[in-house]
Amino acid sequence: MIRPQDLLCPKPEGLYCAPGDFYVDPVRPVARAVITHGHGDHARAGHGAVLATEPTLDIMAERYGPGFVEAKQAAAYGEIVDRDEVAVTLVPAGHVLGSAQVVVRWKGLTMVVSGDYKRRRDPTCAPFEPVAGEVFISEATFGLPVFRHPDDREEIARLLRSVAQFPERAHLVGAYALGKAQRIVALLREAGWEKPIYVHGALERLNALYQRHGVDLGPLEPATTAAKKAFAGEIVIAPPSTLQDRWSRRFPDPVTAFASGWMRVRARAKQRGVELPLIISDHADWDELTGTVDELRPGELWITHGREEALARWAELHGVPARALALVGYEEEEDD
Amino acid sequence: MRRLRGMRPESAWIPAFAGMSGIDVRAFAELLDRLSLTASRNAKLTLVRDYLRETPDPDRGWALAALTGDLTFQAAKPTFIRKAVEERMDPQLFWWSYDYVGDLAETVALVWPRRPGANREPGLAEVVEGLQAASRPEVQRLIEGWLDAMEEPRERWALLKLMTRELRVGLTARLAKRAAAELGGVDPAEIEDLWHALHPPYEDLFAWLEGRSEKPSADNPGRFRPAMLAQAIDEAVDFARLDPADYAAEWKWDGIRVQLVHEAGVRRLYTRTGDDISRTFPDVVDALFEEGVIDGELLVMRDGPNGRTVASFADLQQRLNRKSVDAKLTAAYPAGVRAYDLLAEGREDVRTLSFAERRRRLERFVARQGSARIDLSPLQPFEAWAELAALRAQPPPGDPQVAEGIMLKRWDSIYEAGRPKGPWFKWKRDPFLVDAVLMYAQRGHGKRSSFYSDYTFGVWAEADDGRRALTPVGKAYFGFTDEELRQIDKFVRDNTVERFGPVRSVRAEPHAGLVFEVAFEGLQRSGRHRSGVAMRFPRISRIRWDKPPGEADELATLERMLAQMEGR
Repeated sequence: MIRPQDLLCPKPEGLYCAPGDFYVDPVRPVARAVITHGHGDHARAGHGAVLATEPTLDIMAERYGPGFVEAKQAAAYGEIVDRDEVAVTLVPAGHVLGSAQVVVRWKGLTMVVSGDYKRRRDPTCAPFEPVAGEVFISEATFGLPVFRHPDDREEIARLLRSVAQFPERAHLVGAYALGKAQRIVALLREAGWEKPIYVHGALERLNALYQRHGVDLGPLEPATTAAKKAFAGEIVIAPPSTLQDRWSRRFPDPVTAFASGWMRVRARAKQRGVELPLIISDHADWDELTGTVDELRPGELWITHGREEALARWAELHGVPARALALVGYEEEEDD
Repeated sequence: MRRLRGMRPESAWIPAFAGMSGIDVRAFAELLDRLSLTASRNAKLTLVRDYLRETPDPDRGWALAALTGDLTFQAAKPTFIRKAVEERMDPQLFWWSYDYVGDLAETVALVWPRRPGANREPGLAEVVEGLQAASRPEVQRLIEGWLDAMEEPRERWALLKLMTRELRVGLTARLAKRAAAELGGVDPAEIEDLWHALHPPYEDLFAWLEGRSEKPSADNPGRFRPAMLAQAIDEAVDFARLDPADYAAEWKWDGIRVQLVHEAGVRRLYTRTGDDISRTFPDVVDALFEEGVIDGELLVMRDGPNGRTVASFADLQQRLNRKSVDAKLTAAYPAGVRAYDLLAEGREDVRTLSFAERRRRLERFVARQGSARIDLSPLQPFEAWAELAALRAQPPPGDPQVAEGIMLKRWDSIYEAGRPKGPWFKWKRDPFLVDAVLMYAQRGHGKRSSFYSDYTFGVWAEADDGRRALTPVGKAYFGFTDEELRQIDKFVRDNTVERFGPVRSVRAEPHAGLVFEVAFEGLQRSGRHRSGVAMRFPRISRIRWDKPPGEADELATLERMLAQMEGR
């Protein structure tokens, strides 16, 4: 009898597929890796061979240089790639550009690794596609019932309302450099903000990469050139670490905003000195995590990282056997 | 620069805002959320002013009343809501959530399960009027129904804050009124002066601010005049720049600040916030036989062999918070007003005269009343600041021994509402100090919800079995810096002995534990505390990382302090 743990099992390096001899998102250098998406804690340098989507490979090359891996292979969404006895398919995860779930099939057994995912519409990436399987291996970054992300359009409207209310101040929006920053820009465009958006230098390469992949971001300007007063009434997007940095002093009395799912908890916003928390996340919130389990009704739920115990308990209460893998190396307190 | 309703500043780029218009609790919730995260005073003014401009009556009036603390419904405690939420979701999942967030109301607001198809969302006026009309058991059902109907956690959070009547969003009533003044381009002092003639939802106020009607009248006889308050003096800075010849000094009495009014036949006694306490002090209210308004300190005063003396604050507490009084109580605890200032004499408003002139009139006015229930707070003559400092440290015999400190008032100061900078200073006596041992720590609220920031501390006493044991004597949650809070929080987590919900008991033994130097303003006997004493206004003055708990103070030290306070 075939057991799921014969196909995928947790190891210190990450989730290991023995019959295909590869790891999913390994945190240490390995011979063969399948990478779900380009965030640094999932996509590390130094592997022998990497299988990922084209945008994810591009992001890794942008981050680590073109020689980040000895052999790379791009797979289109839905394409079946054989790894020894195992058929691997990458399916959209809706997290960031190029993000994928990893579906592995072997001897009639299907297991789905969600990677990081969300279920909401995102103008910068393909939407999550549910895939049924015996085992669903989920993330749980926001796996507590307190995490309920509101409609992102309403959060963007709150930002624009504040810009109208404080025309003499700059609005400095902290956003994770890969994915979040581009999504905020795209959402602002959809809400009708046509003026140039000013961006921190650390975002420029990834913005250009998104644009090469066909994501329209509208006019962007470096946030370095203009005089201090010229930023009044403008929106500036920067990595979260710069919000309280000396870098922010170049703007007139900035309203500090931070786009993150963690902003749902007021103490988090206060601790970081955030004046305008924008609850916008690229991860599934509690309702999306539980709703997805309910929709897929897998034979078993495994949970890779995040707040495993609450999601596991919810699943057990709803008749889905659950198991926390407690994988380490994925940043729980990341800026997303 | 009054503006008509509905007009907006021309240059503003205001996006269509789905969901914001028409749903009043949502706009109010957004206002509270932003106020609580905004430090700048000007930004707070903008937020409140814009809200008042864009929100229709009566919702904006109820919001203003909430911000100024003038809502009158019976406040509901958030504890019942925990049971209600546990009926709606798995208690274990709730507990993990509460443990993570740290604040009950916020946790409930976040986890409350949606009920699709529940009632439509209530407006702010509906909520406030509903709470005013409801009996206590009805309140719970109302709140649960509204929570079911609300879509966004921010709205549920605002409702749970509103229900307690304590918004705690870092906005003073004064600033809220200033925002209303800005809306109409009027002087904030005009609104302050008018305030106690107004009632929520203030439709007449907004009509005037928007130029649609005349100014509401403040001339109802017997009304409260907003009090003038003093700033704390900064010894290091102020004495160098102030000239002692410009200031009068008097004792700051340890009672409660009041205003005694007799006007067109109406007699009233108000607290300094305008609460009418006439019914609790009929003996005092009747003492003013001439018409006029005096500002003074309400005290229990007894006549004895050495003349009239002031009793302790604990005696005054026997009379406070009682709805009605009888002859026995007034005889046992005879109250009176020690007059500081005169606001009106007959029908004449004298607040724009100088303090020197008001004081001259006050002395004659008090003398004419000839009442045992009103006397004059004496001025304390002095030449130099050093002389006054010596008097403050060692007050002369008699009542000054129990004074809280010294007040300084500029001779030329007019009587201004609020806490203006410069004319009046308070210079409190140095606090009492003891070394006490940290016994229990509790999680804080809001910004501190992830920290153990509320501390119960104790001193050594002989237990029933004859052994030396700690007995709790007070609780403090401020007096330390953010960095010190982090250090204490770490200490609490590393030295936890037991956990009870949000409270941890902390290791406290003669050779292991943490000693606080605790400052406090006074002591009184208390039947509710195991130690028998209660501190007034305790706070952490220093953290004694260096001191072994065994060397902290004994209960006997506090008892000696108490005897001294009572004896003098």
